[in-house]
Amino acid sequence: MKACSGLALAVLVLSGCAPIKPVQPWEKGFLAKKEMTFAGDKLDEAYREHTYFSKEAAAGGGGVGGGGCGCN
Amino acid sequence: MTVSMPRTFRAVALVLLASAATPVLSLEVGDLAPVLSLQGREAPVAVPVTGKLTYVDFWASWCGPCRKSFPWMNQMHRKYAAEGLEIVAVNLDQDRADAGAFLEQIPGDFRIAFDTAGESASLYGVKGMPTSLLVGPDGKVLEVHAGFNEKDAEVLEQMIRSHLEATP
Repeated sequence: MKACSGLALAVLVLSGCAPIKPVQPWEKGFLAKKEMTFAGDKLDEAYREHTYFSKEAAAGGGGVGGGGCGCN
Repeated sequence: MTVSMPRTFRAVALVLLASAATPVLSLEVGDLAPVLSLQGREAPVAVPVTGKLTYVDFWASWCGPCRKSFPWMNQMHRKYAAEGLEIVAVNLDQDRADAGAFLEQIPGDFRIAFDTAGESASLYGVKGMPTSLLVGPDGKVLEVHAGFNEKDAEVLEQMIRSHLEATP
């Protein structure tokens, strides 16, 4: 009986997720807006990134592959 | 009180089945393209154009590559309309005014349809923006292509040309 009520509860809770549907490719208009990006200004972000990895002496620290020569 | 387990499992399975989102089927080469009549700029637009080789393009104003594809589609329209190619660009913006602003900047000389609800996109199984399909005069899908860049342009033109030659 306990298992049954557990199952019933799981079904009840999980079915709450049913109306959530993945965003379709053609519904991404709002996501494509500039204000939806994580970073702010593109140029400012590039500048910050450059300063960051120069100061940290870690070329490629921002996600770009580097040879490790420290020549940034 | 005894509850038969199979029955419980059946109930769980039923609920899970019911809650599963309807799968988005995508059109594949050889499939029959759904015949639709969508809102156009003035008159309704048929998608695809029956009896013609139709290049169906799904686009939106916010989609970067779509912006690049419009001048190319204009070029294709100019080059191959006389040979029987029809281009239909289906706009999927939720707000038609966005599409209007886009078209003012980059006009399309070909047929343009508007589907704010996006039903056509789910029927055609659009997986990315833009998605284009080449549909033969018999209504069968000949090619499916997702995305657009300069490299694609050449390949797509080649495709269009070969299918134009193949259709009488």
